[in-house]
Amino acid sequence: MSRIGYREALREAHREALQRDPRVFLMGEDVGRYGGSYAVSKGLLAEFGEQRIRDTPLSELGFVGAGIGAALGGARPIVEIMTVNFSLLALDPIVNAAALYRHMSGGQFGVPVVIRMATGAGRQLAAQHSHSLENWYAHVPGLRVLAPATVEDARGMLWPALQDPDPVLIFEHAQLYNLEGELPEPFTSDISHAAVRREGRDVSIVTYGGCLPKVLDAAQALAADGISAEVIDLRVLRPLDDAAICASVRKTRRLLVVDEGWRSGSLAAEVMARVVEQVFYELDAPPARVCSQEVPIPYAKHMEEAALPQVGQIVAAAKGMLGR
Amino acid sequence: MTAPASLAFSTDVRTHERDFCLARVRDMLRIRRLEERCAQLYGEQKIRGFLHLYIGEEAVAAGVMPSLRPQDNVVATYREHGHALLRGVSMKSIMAEMYGKQEGCSRGHGGSMHLFDRATHFYGGNAIVGGGLTLAVGLALADVQLQREGCVTACFFGEGAVAEGAFHESLNLAALWRLPVLFICENNLYAMGTALSRSQASLSLTAKAAAYGMATAHVNGMNVLAVHEAARAAVAQVREQRAPLFLELHTYRFRAHSMFDAELYREKREVEGWKQHGPIHTFTDRLKEAGMMDEADFALIDREAMQEVDEAVQFAEAGTWERAECLLDDVVAR
Repeated sequence: MSRIGYREALREAHREALQRDPRVFLMGEDVGRYGGSYAVSKGLLAEFGEQRIRDTPLSELGFVGAGIGAALGGARPIVEIMTVNFSLLALDPIVNAAALYRHMSGGQFGVPVVIRMATGAGRQLAAQHSHSLENWYAHVPGLRVLAPATVEDARGMLWPALQDPDPVLIFEHAQLYNLEGELPEPFTSDISHAAVRREGRDVSIVTYGGCLPKVLDAAQALAADGISAEVIDLRVLRPLDDAAICASVRKTRRLLVVDEGWRSGSLAAEVMARVVEQVFYELDAPPARVCSQEVPIPYAKHMEEAALPQVGQIVAAAKGMLGR
Repeated sequence: MTAPASLAFSTDVRTHERDFCLARVRDMLRIRRLEERCAQLYGEQKIRGFLHLYIGEEAVAAGVMPSLRPQDNVVATYREHGHALLRGVSMKSIMAEMYGKQEGCSRGHGGSMHLFDRATHFYGGNAIVGGGLTLAVGLALADVQLQREGCVTACFFGEGAVAEGAFHESLNLAALWRLPVLFICENNLYAMGTALSRSQASLSLTAKAAAYGMATAHVNGMNVLAVHEAARAAVAQVREQRAPLFLELHTYRFRAHSMFDAELYREKREVEGWKQHGPIHTFTDRLKEAGMMDEADFALIDREAMQEVDEAVQFAEAGTWERAECLLDDVVAR
């Protein structure tokens, strides 16, 4: 066990990948000289040089497409996009090429690219830097979508993502970069399963990414009131780990989903649908969810807070399911 | 409408070997006969979906492909039957793909617009206009990162792609990072039904490319030898200087954009005028004048092309359907 920050854990993961595999390189806006917009890649340029730490123009369509092409050609690029809102400029190569090529080419061409980006709100960055659109990508067959919410996953997910022969998207919630935690030795490097972050009996709270710390706080508050909440961290947003979700719900008989995405067409909706399809008769209460309000994320702090899932709402929703 | 641009290279047929010239006739005829049959098969509903014919533009693929080496990469558009064929993808597997059979070069998953072949480094078959350009930049980047010396990525696209942001971002990145990409713009004057003059405020495509700091050339794309000379010089330059180059080929599509196109946007007279410059007959005429080819030579090449098409159709007809249970195979690696 050693204490480490989420940002530093990501940086260590990059360093490991760059050292272990000469095909790996990092490209993105300001990843080199500037040190990364969230300082993830700080110091890597000096260590690995310009050929492997590549500053790109502000050209998301161009450099994300080039990263995908490089993966097609046998390299192992890590493409960093500053924030999910900017990734929309690169939807075409991600959705129309990376996700499709293996199938469309009859199995001939895989795209082993890793695309990382910041997501989520909470830093008063307003509507064009704060949305949680990972759900859009989780809709697309051919992509694997990850959401590391702990320092262990920040450290452990990158290498297996690079071993995946197909495209992997990694969403790093902007609120997590300053998170600190204990890194176990050895740390896990699994990119297929959800994780139980807290065991409980009365209600399963399923969440991912930036909402995990809020849900853990809520679980603690619930415990003080005698309610035992089990916390499931999805970790992998596509393909969803139905087995882990349903196993927890079978035990607790109640499902609450907490998702920073907008409610309509959300991942929360998908998790609820799967639970209803698979373990409906095990439920003691209708599934519930806490999502972001359906509004562009505002700048003013109190308004931003009002738009996002908060601990109090999570506690209230869980209690409501238990008739408390 | 202006006639094809003046020639930048010597295209006197006598400066080329007879065998080389006859091989180019064969290349163009193979594409022409294949696609004529495709149009017929489309009418018979053997081929469905979109079908975009290259007829009239054969000199481009026939001129460029012989200048490439096996380790080079090729990226093409949804009008790519000819490129795939001349890159070395078998006509049988192309035809089977159009039939949707699992013996097709993309197992029937792609159809006419998505021909792929790993063995010949043929990276599709991209039906997003401009979509191939960023990928081509990446393929060249992979060659650089993996220190595969002397590889060139040839990226074919239409002049319509020049209006896409992907064109500008790709050319900038390729020039900035000195990536060995040959950008080959097949300027057939129409982006589906929109003439270049109705979509670009400034009509010089080479000027746009030059603005990104790369060498450019433009040449008559109806003249296979002119194309070949230009492509050979361009490929050599990209290979040696490890920097991108933009090559514009003036050409013309004789057929409709796709099988659904009523061609309301251009005059029949214009099409007929361009057919006078048809790449196959103008070349064979010159070869005959120079005494390098006679009617019997042509008939033999044509008969062989027709026979290859017949065999491809038989192969596709005899092909088998992928089992529906395999539907989800290859969405991700097995």
